Amino acid sequence: METQLETFETNLRSVRTAVTQTSPAAFRDALADVIDEPAIGAPLPFEAITLEGTDVVLEPTPEQLREAACGVTAATLGVAEYGTVVLESTPAGAELAGLFPDRHVIVVRERDLVDDMATAFERLGERFRNGDGDAVLATGPSATADMGELVYGVHGPQETHAVIVEDAEE
Amino acid sequence: MASERSRKADRIRQVMATEGDSVERNTRGFNEGRYESVDRLDDYDAYKDRARAIKEDAIERLPELIEQVRATVEDNGGTVYVADDAADANRYVRELARERNAETVVKSKSMTTEEIELNDALTAEGCAVWETDLGEFVLQVADEAPSHLVAPAIHQSREEIAALFNEYFDPDTELETAEELTAFAREYLGERIEDADIGVTGANFVTADTGTMALVTSEGNARKTVAVPNTHVAVAGVEKIVPTFEDLQPFVELIARSGTGQDITAYVSLFSPPVSTPPVDFDDDGPIADDSAERDFHLVLLDNGRMDMREDDQLRETLYCIRCSACANSCANFRSVGGHGFGGETYSGGIATGWEAGVHGRESTDDFNDLCTGCSRCVEQCPVKIDIPWINTVVRDRRNRGAEDGRFDFLVEGLTPDEEPAGMDLQKRFFGNFATLAKLGSATAPVSNLAADLLPSRLLMEQVLGVDRRRNLPTFERETFVEWFRNRDVPRPVGADYHAVVYPDLYTNYIRTDRGKAAVRTLEALGVAVEVPDVAASGRAPLSQGMIATAQEHAERVTADLEPYLEAGYDVVAIEPSDLAMVRGGYERLLDAERYEALAERSYEVFEYVYGLLENGADPAALTHAENADGGSDVAYHSHCQQRTLGLESYTTAVLERLGYDVSTSDVECCGMAGSFGYKREYYELSMDVGDRLREQFETPAAADRTVVASGTSCLEQLDGLLARHPRHPLSLIAPNGSE
Repeated sequence: METQLETFETNLRSVRTAVTQTSPAAFRDALADVIDEPAIGAPLPFEAITLEGTDVVLEPTPEQLREAACGVTAATLGVAEYGTVVLESTPAGAELAGLFPDRHVIVVRERDLVDDMATAFERLGERFRNGDGDAVLATGPSATADMGELVYGVHGPQETHAVIVEDAEE
Repeated sequence: MASERSRKADRIRQVMATEGDSVERNTRGFNEGRYESVDRLDDYDAYKDRARAIKEDAIERLPELIEQVRATVEDNGGTVYVADDAADANRYVRELARERNAETVVKSKSMTTEEIELNDALTAEGCAVWETDLGEFVLQVADEAPSHLVAPAIHQSREEIAALFNEYFDPDTELETAEELTAFAREYLGERIEDADIGVTGANFVTADTGTMALVTSEGNARKTVAVPNTHVAVAGVEKIVPTFEDLQPFVELIARSGTGQDITAYVSLFSPPVSTPPVDFDDDGPIADDSAERDFHLVLLDNGRMDMREDDQLRETLYCIRCSACANSCANFRSVGGHGFGGETYSGGIATGWEAGVHGRESTDDFNDLCTGCSRCVEQCPVKIDIPWINTVVRDRRNRGAEDGRFDFLVEGLTPDEEPAGMDLQKRFFGNFATLAKLGSATAPVSNLAADLLPSRLLMEQVLGVDRRRNLPTFERETFVEWFRNRDVPRPVGADYHAVVYPDLYTNYIRTDRGKAAVRTLEALGVAVEVPDVAASGRAPLSQGMIATAQEHAERVTADLEPYLEAGYDVVAIEPSDLAMVRGGYERLLDAERYEALAERSYEVFEYVYGLLENGADPAALTHAENADGGSDVAYHSHCQQRTLGLESYTTAVLERLGYDVSTSDVECCGMAGSFGYKREYYELSMDVGDRLREQFETPAAADRTVVASGTSCLEQLDGLLARHPRHPLSLIAPNGSE
């Protein structure tokens, strides 16, 4: 029997998303391994881990947005059944950082995984009704078949990489 | 009339030649993908039921939900405008563009904006409008209309797109590969997005409780269209509204599967505008997050005939549509001609008739409504369980009558059915009255057959009735199946466990009595007491031509004819699958519930019945087994389209296998003949194009030596024309005494 985490990782890979597992303590090193510079991002809404002090530029200008090779943002949910991550739209511009650069690094916590879409919608429903109403269910990189064959990297990222942060030791 | 048929035939030929290959290749992929993808869903049927229930409720409560959306969106900080029609919607958006001094407008894909022709309106206002979805961008450059609801440019191959781009943009290095074309479009459109003053999107769904828009995409262009400019206009038909946020979930899991066969698209944007992402001013040097520019959001909810559709009992179901394109991808005819053949001003595919009739008026269905043959393969594929063939039949009936939309609700009000109108198309009247023709043809056989096949007769038939001269005509038999049964010198069995009426459908009765005889012998060998009474024709033929009143008359007569037998405990066994489909499906629309159920519950397809008998212990010893078959034991079986939709294919396969046959089955949606369709001059070539897929499957090395069997009359006729081998009815393989 696969665990939820294993299912999530299997499905991430099946939608062309690379996977790195790490702990809060090892997060900075793991991140350094997966980003391409110049990297931009938005602050992570998590306690144990942060982008502060890394090479990720947190308040990019339009020029930096254009030039960035990599965007680092958080996902507030992961849906194991689909390999989907739920991205936020924040005033700090998380949506933009995860959209413009060719490579999108998504930071998601193991504790924020759910099994299926029905559960995801239950969680999101509460938030949306409380006025926190912007999310993107993202599954793999941007793609199109409009030019005759499947091509990755259209208006959004061409590569996606999930960094899954294990629950911290109690 | 004849010239009209020529024109239609020419148009179809043209589209098949220029776009057919590309459309077929793409839709085949979508179709196969959908079957695989929905197979991975646990309880696909439950998902469809839930989706259907949500839409039924939403459309029922639509006026209340519209007001709720208005309140919620305005509470969030946006503006809602309910537009009566296209002109009203365009006026609103133009005024907005004018107020903003908008120069550049970027759009993500929206069929609703195509419906109202928004781009033209904005261009007239002096804006440069750019489609950012790559398929739409290709169409914009080519100045063409979409040919598919979801993948609008599938009628174009990569080579054609490359040639188009190279000619139009004259890039430094010629573009060739899909990657190069995509990279070019990304950069070109990226610049326009950066410059945009207004972003225009559609919406797949709008939730009333949270004011959330759901956009289902893969490219990322809709996300950019919403995030970058500070003014966002969403145009959505009123039917897009669902009551709650949670209602989105079944649709999110169904729509990509139903459309292109992906489990889910790359992006499902759920946003409750105005969004919290800061807009991007690419002329600014400072951090984006510091920009205090305010966002402006406008939701234009479009009526444009939808509220009238809601009041129309027969068209209302169209509003449940989520525009997934499953009904296009599973449609054999659509696969050959695409949306430029099987489509109206905006919408294409099976559901297009409903949409076009509702938003553009019934006349816009004239050119393509008849391309729906009622084969029913789309019915199981629709994620909201819309009875698409029925809507197409209703509109066909209205076209016959020249009726005002929605004013002739005769089916519900019990208006006395009267004759079909005098001005009705002669070809339809001819095929719709096939029962009369068959009776006459049989009574005057063999002279009727000889006369019909003479060249002058064929030419006249083609000229006046549009019966293509290339088709082989059926041959009428003098002694009908009913007469044969009546004249038999066979004692009625006493104390039989089962009693069954073998229904004398038109073909079995007048044209291929052999299969009726085979059915009788088979059932008697399994211990059934059989009757073959004189029963009216099922009404299948007139219903296909859109002659609903006539079909209803037939339904009433059939029920009256069979009532005494049903009351005496007889089952009804049908050989022709399209007639069984009529009884099990069509009759629900034409009869009251009690009479419909009484008949439908006791009606069986012949192999379904034989299977049941064998399962209940009947001895198959007297039937012909494979080892004694004169054609060998390897069989290639093509099940009839409606038979497959009723889930009956497996009974024939199971019975044949039980008797020792090795059965391989076809994997096509429809053989292409579809009753009268393949006879019609304007559709003959399309019919043969569809049939070609079946021919290919039966001519592979694995299939080429197998005996070909098919359950349906139409399929047998089509296969007879396509293959060198003669196809047979599966009954002929198992009936005792090798009856032919």
